[in-house]
Parts: sequence; C-alpha cells; structure tokens
Amino acid sequence: MLRLALLLCLVAAPLNAEEVVADLSQSRISITTDFDGSEILIFGAVRRETPIPADDPLQVLITVEGPSEPITVRRKARRYGIWVNADAVEVDSAPSFYAVATSAPWSEAISDVEDLRHDISTPRAIRSVGATIAGSEDFTEALIRIRTGQDLYQSRIGTIKFEQQTLFSTSMRLPANLHEGDYRARFFLTRKGQVVDMFETAIDVRKVGLERFLFRLSRENPLIYGIMSLAIAIMAGWGASAAFRTFRT
Amino acid sequence: MHIYLPIAEVSVDAFLLLGLGGFVGILSGMFGVGGGFLMTPLLFFIGIPPAVAVATEANQIVASSFSGALAHLKRRTVDLKMGVVLLAGGLVGAALGVQIFNALKAIGQVELLVRLSYVVFLGTIGGLMFVESLKAIRRSRTGRPAQRYRKSQLVNVLPFKTKFRTSGIYISVIPPVAVGILVGVLAAIMGVGGGFIMVPAMIYVLGMPTKVVVGTSLFQIMFVTGFTTLLHATTNHTVDVVLAVLLLVGGVLGAQVGTRIGARLQAEQLRILLSLIVLAVCGKLALDLLVQPSEIYSLGAGAGH
Repeated sequence: MLRLALLLCLVAAPLNAEEVVADLSQSRISITTDFDGSEILIFGAVRRETPIPADDPLQVLITVEGPSEPITVRRKARRYGIWVNADAVEVDSAPSFYAVATSAPWSEAISDVEDLRHDISTPRAIRSVGATIAGSEDFTEALIRIRTGQDLYQSRIGTIKFEQQTLFSTSMRLPANLHEGDYRARFFLTRKGQVVDMFETAIDVRKVGLERFLFRLSRENPLIYGIMSLAIAIMAGWGASAAFRTFRT
Repeated sequence: MHIYLPIAEVSVDAFLLLGLGGFVGILSGMFGVGGGFLMTPLLFFIGIPPAVAVATEANQIVASSFSGALAHLKRRTVDLKMGVVLLAGGLVGAALGVQIFNALKAIGQVELLVRLSYVVFLGTIGGLMFVESLKAIRRSRTGRPAQRYRKSQLVNVLPFKTKFRTSGIYISVIPPVAVGILVGVLAAIMGVGGGFIMVPAMIYVLGMPTKVVVGTSLFQIMFVTGFTTLLHATTNHTVDVVLAVLLLVGGVLGAQVGTRIGARLQAEQLRILLSLIVLAVCGKLALDLLVQPSEIYSLGAGAGH
C-alpha cells in the first residue's frame, strides 16, 4: 500500500512540474478613520525543475475576494405612478469584494470547465440556487453591475505582467468602501486553459483603533453604545456652542 | 479629507459633512427650526444609507435641542406638566414608529416609507406656510388686521380634563397625548424632531400661549429623539456617532451665523424663503419617486441577516 502511494507520488510529480510561489505587499489591511482605499502589490514566480515546455504559453489568473454573504437584489417597478421595490431575488452568497486579474484575454487564460470547477470569473463567484423568479440572471447581472460601479467588483483582464513565463506582478486597488473580514487571494497557473497549479493566501482586513472600538461596541453592547452616542453628541454640541461664545467675547 | 464612518461603512469627505451641518445650521438658526427635516434628505442625497441617516439624525437632534431646552428651563418658559404629557405620547409613538420601521426594513420598503413620509409632510407644511405667508404679506399691504385663530371645539368636549398651570389652560389630556404619539412616530420614521408639527399643533389645537411653546416642544423633542436613538441603536445598529458629531459641530456653528442673518430679515420674508426651501426638497424627493431611476435594481442585506 505504502509502495503504491510512493509510486503515485512519483507519477504525480511531473504533473506539478510548475509551481506557483506568490506573495502580497501586505497581508493585513487596516481600516482606520482616514482609510481611503488601499493599493496592494501582488507578485510571484513559477518554480520549475524542467525546461519551459515549448507548447502554449503559461498564463496566470489572480483573484482577491472578500467574505461572502447573502444579498437581496430588488427591482423597482412603477406602481400607482411611483417607482417602488417590486420583485426581489435572494442571492445565497456573494463576495463583498471580488477582483480577478489575468495575464491574457479570458478565453486564452482559462477554459469554461476549469472556471466552473474553481469558480474564478465573477458570475461564478456568486451563487444563487434558490432563485424562484423568472429571469433571475438579470438580478445577478444587476448585482455585478452595481458592485462594479462601486469598484467592489473588478475585472482586470490582461493586467498581469508576466515575464519569461516565470515572473509575474500586478496591483489591485481596494476601494474606500471596503467591509472588514477574512479576504483571500488565489493564484492559478494555466496552460491551454487547464489549471496547472494553484496557491491561496489570506488577507486580513480589519477595522482598527476607534473604528474597531465603535463598531464592536455598537454590535456587542448596543445599549451602552447608544447611551455613549447621546452623551458624546450632547457634549460635542455644548462644547461647540461654548467655544463659539468664548470666541465671540 | 475623507473619513471612514464606522457604522455607515462608507468613506465621506469630512468637510462635506461639516459644510452640510453648517448649511442646515444656518437655515435652522435663521428660521428657528430644528433642521432635521432638511438634514435627513440631504444625507440620502450624498449616499448615506437611509436607515443610518434617520437614526443618526435622531442622535444629532438630541444634542442640538439640549442647549435650547436648557436655556428655556432656566427662563422658566417650559410647561413641564404639558411637556411630560406630550413626552408620554412621544415615547409610545417612537416605540411604534421603530416597530413599523423595522417591519418595513425586513421587506425592503423602508426607503419608500421614509421618502413618501417626507414628500407628504414637506409638501403639506411647505405649501401651507407659503400660502399663509402670501396672505400675511397681502394683509400687511392692505392694512387689515389678522384673523384671530379660535381654539378647536373638540379639545373642550373630550374627557380627562386637567389644568396646565404654566400655560394657563384647562383641557383634556387626550389631544396632547395624540400630538405626542404622532411626533414620536415621525421621529422614529423620518429622523426629525417634529417641531414643525408640534409647534403649530400646540398653538392652534391646544391653545397654548406662544411664550411656552418653543421651550416645551424642545423639552419633549430632546427626550423623544433620545429614546428613538436608543431604540435604533439597540435594534438596528444604525446610529453612527462619528457622522452625528461632524454634522453637529457644523450645525452649532452654522446656527450661530444663521441667527444673526435671521435678525436682519423680516419675519414674512423668512417664512416665504423657508417654505420655498421645504418645497424644493419635497420636489426633489417626489421627482426621485416619479421619474424612472437610472438603476432600477438595488442591493440589500440578505434574509439571513
């Protein structure tokens, strides 16, 4: 049995002859009070023991995604002369942030089958199984369109610089309206549209300092947070008018 | 300078918020109104989620009515007994309003409720004020005396009469409780103090003397919006204290400037100006409901939340 396993390993090794090694300029994003988005640099290399195969060139795909959560997508319709939310579709799981970058046009970078298997393209990253309304694709399309407009979903086809089929680098911009959570970056090496190797690493996006304190307090001790908000607001209002009065006299 | 609001989870220019607070502050200083009914729609326009705008505005109003209420208490221009009766109604109304708010939030219609309430109330108040001011100007030109407003007869026939010594009136407690409930509901749903409803109601329906009206309404508003803030904070987690403080600081400074501008203008001109501003905000909100939006889809938290 052990011998068989060893044999399998040896046989399997050439399949993984090209491995991806990658890193990010920061694996921790802090949302501070003056947070105005963040640019992360993503870079890596391909490790191989054999010469570069002469057939189709190697391609790289990188995704960065935020934590997934259920979303309700609503559509307005005209009722009694005014525009109101009429239909709704529950999307079971949609990442709060999703960016995908490639080193080549989509069809050259990956095949549909592999995309289906690894959920790489944005529509694949969104899951909606229980949709009961006809034309629910319109709703997921709208979800992507709205989030793309907010820079939360980014499709950066062909933006990865890939040198000598070995060194790659790209940058991604995380927008200012980022939500906290455990983010992950995935790296795929493909050849002829088939995934050759993949690698995954985590990015920790956290509110820090005052932001963290206020957010936590508002969720964990909402009553104390409410009383504190009132006290702070009253003091600030009083302070500002007192300051104005001293300034005038 | 952009600032990330911890609860709204959006990044907004801090100076825009200070400026917005200052602008509404100037108006509220000029016209002697709270300004919540202008601030909340303006927050929608700059992209603050409606639920956060309403709850945060309630928090801001507590602070801005606090110093006013204190000054009136010192001058003894607050009818405390009437204030407590109005407050009792206000607390019931606020609890009711937050229930309605949360129920509609769950089915995705809260934005419609808030916008419709604004269109109806701003349209009615602005329209009435505009017509009334035009009439007043015409009267002052022709030199005829203004009609005296007679206290509604209904107030005299209802039971549970009691004496409100400071106001010098003897009326049933039912109308003030009802006014309080209405104002409480509005505070919870629209993020307003409700002074624009309560002050006319106190003068015309309850027949209170003008001298105690403003102090008593500020007294009630302070507690009702405080209660509303706590309800929104505990059930919705939508009170953003950073947003509230920024608006407040701008608002307090703006109000000081506004008071000075207001002192130089004539009362009738001021009222026409205010009614036009109110009608303009109402018009913009109504237009948003009537014209097909450029994006008919919108995103909300999933049912799992």
